[in-house]
Amino acid sequence: MANITIDKACCKGCNICLSVCPKKIFAKSRQRNNYGTAMPAVENPDDCIVCRMCERMCPDGAINVEK
Amino acid sequence: MAAKSGKLNEVVLQGNEACAKGALYAGCRFFAGYPITPSTEIIEMMSGEMQKAGGAFIQMEDEIGSACAIIGARWGGSKAMTATSGPGYTLMQEAIGFAAVTETPIVIVNVQRGGPSTGQPTLSSQQDIYQARYGSHGDYEIIVLAPSSVQEMYDFTIKAFELSEQFRTPVILLADEVVGHMREKITIRDGSKTIKAERQKYVVSPQADFFQGAFTTVEGQLHDEQGRRIGHIAHKSGEFIYNLNKKITDNVDVISDISTYCMEDADVAIVAYGSVARPSLNAVKHARGIKDARIAPKFKIVRDIMKRGIQKTIQTDYSHLKVGLVKVNTVWPFPEELLKQATERVDTVIVPEMNVGKYSREVERVLKDKNVVPMSKCGGDIHTPIEILDKIMEVTGLDEEVEINE
Amino acid sequence: MNKLYEKYIKKESLPTLFCPGCGNGIIQIAAMEAMEKLNCKDDVACVSGIGCSSWIPCYYKLDVIHTMHGRAIAFAEGLKLARPDKKIMVFTGDGDCMAIGGNHLLHAAQRNIDLTVVMVNNYIYGMTGGQKSPTTPIGAQTKTSPFGCIDEPMNACKLVMSLGASYVARWTTAHPVQLAKSIAEGLDHKGFSFIEVLSQCPVQAGKNVWGEKEPAKIMEKYKEYTYLYKMGSADPTGAMAERNADGLIPIGLFKHDDDAKEYLERVEEKLAEIGIAR
Repeated sequence: MANITIDKACCKGCNICLSVCPKKIFAKSRQRNNYGTAMPAVENPDDCIVCRMCERMCPDGAINVEK
Repeated sequence: MAAKSGKLNEVVLQGNEACAKGALYAGCRFFAGYPITPSTEIIEMMSGEMQKAGGAFIQMEDEIGSACAIIGARWGGSKAMTATSGPGYTLMQEAIGFAAVTETPIVIVNVQRGGPSTGQPTLSSQQDIYQARYGSHGDYEIIVLAPSSVQEMYDFTIKAFELSEQFRTPVILLADEVVGHMREKITIRDGSKTIKAERQKYVVSPQADFFQGAFTTVEGQLHDEQGRRIGHIAHKSGEFIYNLNKKITDNVDVISDISTYCMEDADVAIVAYGSVARPSLNAVKHARGIKDARIAPKFKIVRDIMKRGIQKTIQTDYSHLKVGLVKVNTVWPFPEELLKQATERVDTVIVPEMNVGKYSREVERVLKDKNVVPMSKCGGDIHTPIEILDKIMEVTGLDEEVEINE
Repeated sequence: MNKLYEKYIKKESLPTLFCPGCGNGIIQIAAMEAMEKLNCKDDVACVSGIGCSSWIPCYYKLDVIHTMHGRAIAFAEGLKLARPDKKIMVFTGDGDCMAIGGNHLLHAAQRNIDLTVVMVNNYIYGMTGGQKSPTTPIGAQTKTSPFGCIDEPMNACKLVMSLGASYVARWTTAHPVQLAKSIAEGLDHKGFSFIEVLSQCPVQAGKNVWGEKEPAKIMEKYKEYTYLYKMGSADPTGAMAERNADGLIPIGLFKHDDDAKEYLERVEEKLAEIGIAR
């Protein structure tokens, strides 16, 4: 179980996190970020293996994974 | 190590060498350059002397790189200089603009040669007078010093470093081939001077050197005091530009420096800068009958012999001319007030310069009520004192010839 | 927010000006990770030129010079010579580094001066709106090659390797862990370190160069079109080649020469040799 947060102020809605997560934890949502685009939602945080690929691959540093 | 700092020594030096010596005395500890005639002696001397003085020297791949490297070195905390001539100076323009907008104190020496383009590599000119001021794009003010002797090559180089730190701006030493290559006896000092790099109030950019924990952002876009870009915000950008220019324009009286000779009772003034101030001074001395052992023989001028084909020489008497000289040391910013004061009592101002007559336009703008006469000379030869005096006679209409039989 | 942002990013400057999905952000984080790994934040200054990638260091809580187009390496050389004890990292792009700044790159590599150059290669001039760059592949349609690019693309790694750069690597934004490791190695290495990063520009290069607009899918392609070159492998020319026999771009560490003399070392050596005390 990990605590995954997506910063609304940083996210630009590029959806890279959707494809880089090996456990497919992120999913499209209708929620808007400050940039004005659709930001992803965290769906199954229990599946997270804390590989931190999303942290590294988020170009805007919006994602934080806490164990 | 060097002997006691500040001890005076008399030496015979070439102008370019004196410039290098001046820079070392002023605490310059980084030199990047690219060889170009007629400034090469500066980089040659710096290559050895700089490293002996504990500084860094690098011969860059071009003048663009040289100008960039000195800006980088200055942010690293070393006082830095480069030297070049016309074509190289043209290449440096983008870096000069960058130094102006980021308020980086650097010194650039331009030993002028004839242009345009490759032009006249081995002959002198003053054709870069406007490029020194307006060379890079955009609105910025800059300080330009014009030495007219080897001593001034030394002194003005030191002054250039002082002014660059004081106003956090690039300072141009606008020398020319004549002063660059001539040799004279001058007084230099031992050791090295410490020019304080103090925080200046009127500066609108970050000022802390690197690696001091200040997180300085040096930004080529218009920026605020923290170095954040404001280029997309019109009112802030406008304010920035005005402040950047005001830094110099509000301090013209502090920066400006002119020298006057025999102006107390003069009717005619010569306004000159750089090497042309030398024949101008000699012209004044000759007209005023001031004896100068070094120049006296030159004035036994024999004219028009060939033309007239007779064994008779004509010597012109200039002694009735009350000529004075205003030598402009800081050519930019234009010393308006000082020039107005100095030329208060004269009606006619002659501006001899080795270009098509550029600086005279500026003189004309400031001295509207006077008869400003440009005296241009292109081709690489410097004006002779007699040419200048003849021009004055022509303009003032006081041409009196005395016939002398040999 | 990414944990490293707290320490390394001026948060008041956020959000970055990069487009959604731009690879620059990934490189920004990789470089932070590298500095964190070496714990050398106080000893690093960054220099960058002009272009999208040159905005990467402008958000760092470091001393930064955001210089003129193409001149980053020249500025960095001056800064390095003034402060030989510090690490200077240069962020530059393919056009910035190889087109307008080509001359400076050549000579810095030749000198083997201790800089760490991260060249972000997005195959296009992104900031000006998608014009042909020195690395644009043949046939790619751009704003200034409307009928398809006809110029052979330049290979930056091959260029600097042939000149004497002593640390050369190529990674992509799809390999952030390796990239961070490589930047750390480059910062640690004494000599000219050149790290080319193949990055995605989904807005300008995406459709025309990669036939794909989704950033994630372009990154998939980077994995698909590259192969890991192992230093000292059977194919010694592999690192120099544009592509291998299967048409794949080599990535990985190409050269790591610790014996090559660094520029400042040579300067000091020479001065000591002739007896100039420093």
